[in-house]
Amino acid sequence: MIPELGHYALVLALVLALIQSTAPVIGARTRDAALMNVAGSTALAQFGFVAIAFGALTACYVTSDFSVANVFENSHSQMPLVYKFTSVWGNHEGSMLLWVLILAFFGALVALFGNNLPATLKANVLAVQSWIATAFYLFILFTSNPFLRLPDAPFEGRDLNPILQDIGLAVHPPMLYLGYVGFSIAFSFAIAALIEGRIDAAWARWVRPWTLLAWMCLTLGIAMGSYWAYYELGWGGWWFWDPVENASLMPWLAGTALLHSAVVMEKRNALKVWTLLLAILAFSLSLIGTFLVRSGVLTSVHTFASDPTRGVFILMILVLFIGGGLALYAWRAPLLKQGGLFAPISREGALVFNNLFLTTACATVFIGTLYPLALEALTDEKISVGAPFFNLTFGPLFLPLLVAMPFGPLLAWKRGDILGVAQRLIAACALAAVGIAIVFIAVGEGSVLAPFGIGLALFVIAGALTDLSERTGMFRLPFATVRQRASGLPRSAWGTAVAHFGLGVTLLGVVCESNWNEERIVALKPTQTVSIRGYDLGFDGVIPRQGPNFREQIARFTVKRNGEMIGVMEPSKRTFPSRSTSTTEAALLTRGASQIYLSLGDSNADGSIAVRLYHKPLVLLIWLGAVVMVLGGALSLSDRRLRVGAPKPAAKFAAQPAE
Amino acid sequence: MTRKQRRLVLIGVSLGVLGLAAALVLSALRESIVFFNSPTDVAEKNLAPGTRIRLGGLVKDGSLVRGDNLLIRFKVTDGNKDVAVTYQGIVPDLFREGQGVVAEGRIEPDGTFRADSVLAKHDENYMPREVADALKKQGRWQEGSGKSGAPK
Repeated sequence: MIPELGHYALVLALVLALIQSTAPVIGARTRDAALMNVAGSTALAQFGFVAIAFGALTACYVTSDFSVANVFENSHSQMPLVYKFTSVWGNHEGSMLLWVLILAFFGALVALFGNNLPATLKANVLAVQSWIATAFYLFILFTSNPFLRLPDAPFEGRDLNPILQDIGLAVHPPMLYLGYVGFSIAFSFAIAALIEGRIDAAWARWVRPWTLLAWMCLTLGIAMGSYWAYYELGWGGWWFWDPVENASLMPWLAGTALLHSAVVMEKRNALKVWTLLLAILAFSLSLIGTFLVRSGVLTSVHTFASDPTRGVFILMILVLFIGGGLALYAWRAPLLKQGGLFAPISREGALVFNNLFLTTACATVFIGTLYPLALEALTDEKISVGAPFFNLTFGPLFLPLLVAMPFGPLLAWKRGDILGVAQRLIAACALAAVGIAIVFIAVGEGSVLAPFGIGLALFVIAGALTDLSERTGMFRLPFATVRQRASGLPRSAWGTAVAHFGLGVTLLGVVCESNWNEERIVALKPTQTVSIRGYDLGFDGVIPRQGPNFREQIARFTVKRNGEMIGVMEPSKRTFPSRSTSTTEAALLTRGASQIYLSLGDSNADGSIAVRLYHKPLVLLIWLGAVVMVLGGALSLSDRRLRVGAPKPAAKFAAQPAE
Repeated sequence: MTRKQRRLVLIGVSLGVLGLAAALVLSALRESIVFFNSPTDVAEKNLAPGTRIRLGGLVKDGSLVRGDNLLIRFKVTDGNKDVAVTYQGIVPDLFREGQGVVAEGRIEPDGTFRADSVLAKHDENYMPREVADALKKQGRWQEGSGKSGAPK
């Protein structure tokens, strides 16, 4: 009964989406308020019905109803409850249901909080949102129905892929999807603006909070995915330039560019046409990401099942929305009025620089990701494009961005003074130089790039702090004035500084981890000891343990430093009988921001066991930096000016004092 | 500066960056891509020793030998030809005889393959796609044999 209810709710959501796709557009054209208002109610109702469908599938999983094919294939009655919840989206059908749930959720948010939007814009945005929703409801109902029944209900399920039986599955996909799908709002706003043929600074103010929200979720989703791969896959890497990872990085790069160009549009009424294009591109790349991951053209842990009809269907959705979006853009964009004027050296110029390099870097990732697919389709030759390619292309293109980043926020709008800014960054440069010198002396040999990487990271971090101290007058003005200015500083200015600071922190972690990561691979017998960077790990022996749906062999290690015990590490090998497969669970010991990483290999005939041991200096900064970036985004989102639904600020604050 | 000059600066800089990116991409594509080969390809193409490739196929039954210091030797087969592989390190959880494998490394002058990374499947249900295709070419693949009886 429950699965049928879910199925029916999904069909009703499709019907509502069809209404919402058409009525508001007609309403907006004929200025019929009643027709336009349909969109708000249908958006809320759509969300309600998709939520019912999603709830129904969740209920099937929680009650282990194996008569539903999807539950049978991806669940097990003995699985811990939390994984019964998360396995709802640990498979193709369920993850697409999550996709539309989030899509409907964003639609409902616009309906609820978009009261300050002009009526026609709101109606058009919700209609475009509904076009996307319609396509995906059809996709689910025709090719990926999660509610299909099996004629004879099996007694036991086939269990979830053990790699996915992890708390990471609870966070990573929902966050990533919130990001992907969040960009659909920017897309809908862009298409609505093109339909209306009108766009102004206010448009950017409405779009920016949604983009920011999506960007924050995507940043967290990517960081979480990276940390999950790091501890779950057992070889200590945190980024593999895997096509599936690139699929999430591309929308992030385009989204980051969009955030920055929307600032120019909002403040200076310039770059309007370009901002529209970025909004279309960011969501197009999200769709391409979904296609790459879901169509089965790539084989990876993310590809749950491949079925050619699905691939073709998603490809059609891609062509329709990306092709349609870009065609509409080509047709209507020339009608939009061009914006303001600015000198190359100015805040606007810096933001254009940012956009230029971000989009170019995004393009190289795009080529690296799709070239193997294109080559195989054309010549049948199979190649792999891996880290070396991206280090050679993405790296050099990202470098100028990082160097220029501290300059941007310090430049004035319209016409900037680069020498003045350079003077103000002298302290940051000095700090970077000291950092380079210290690393050179301390390390001595090794990569020449490493000290400069550290220097660059310090420069970015210090640059963000310089921005704040310049704005508040720190070190120049009396303390009381500084405090006053700090509290008067717009939240978005704090957000910028914090997010840039976060990127510097991530960079620091990346440079440290990739240059000074130490690896040991040894075969150990009980009572033997292995040492790494002053830590001695004594192997105590192997203990078997029975988990809920797996058996586990735990190797126990006592970690000592200078003879003093500081912890116990228990990496393990798990065997899942229901899937006759096994996973390696790495053990992590955190010391400050550094980690000791231990994972197990095979046991040998002589009683020894292979272990892989790493010391990863400052590795946690990689993800902490991402969290700081998200905090910066949150600060910026809380800015009064951008708050969704906030009344327009009084006229006297319109002039931005501190910038 | 006039509007025209500013636009020229912008276009010039953009073209410069795009040109730089194109140059980087082309040179990186020449240097850093790795071709996938089945054991039959290796035999037929007469690849020069030292060429970096990906080798894919099945781990031949009975060919896996474990040595000291985590050294392992095994043969990768596509049913037609075999290539002997050496690898030092820890192999993935799903690395087994008779299962699909992709190894990346170089061909040694003596014709063996020295792998520096070994990838197995992520999931017991699916064969790496390249391996499945290579086996299909040799006619050693039955539709569905990569799946362990999934009712799909």
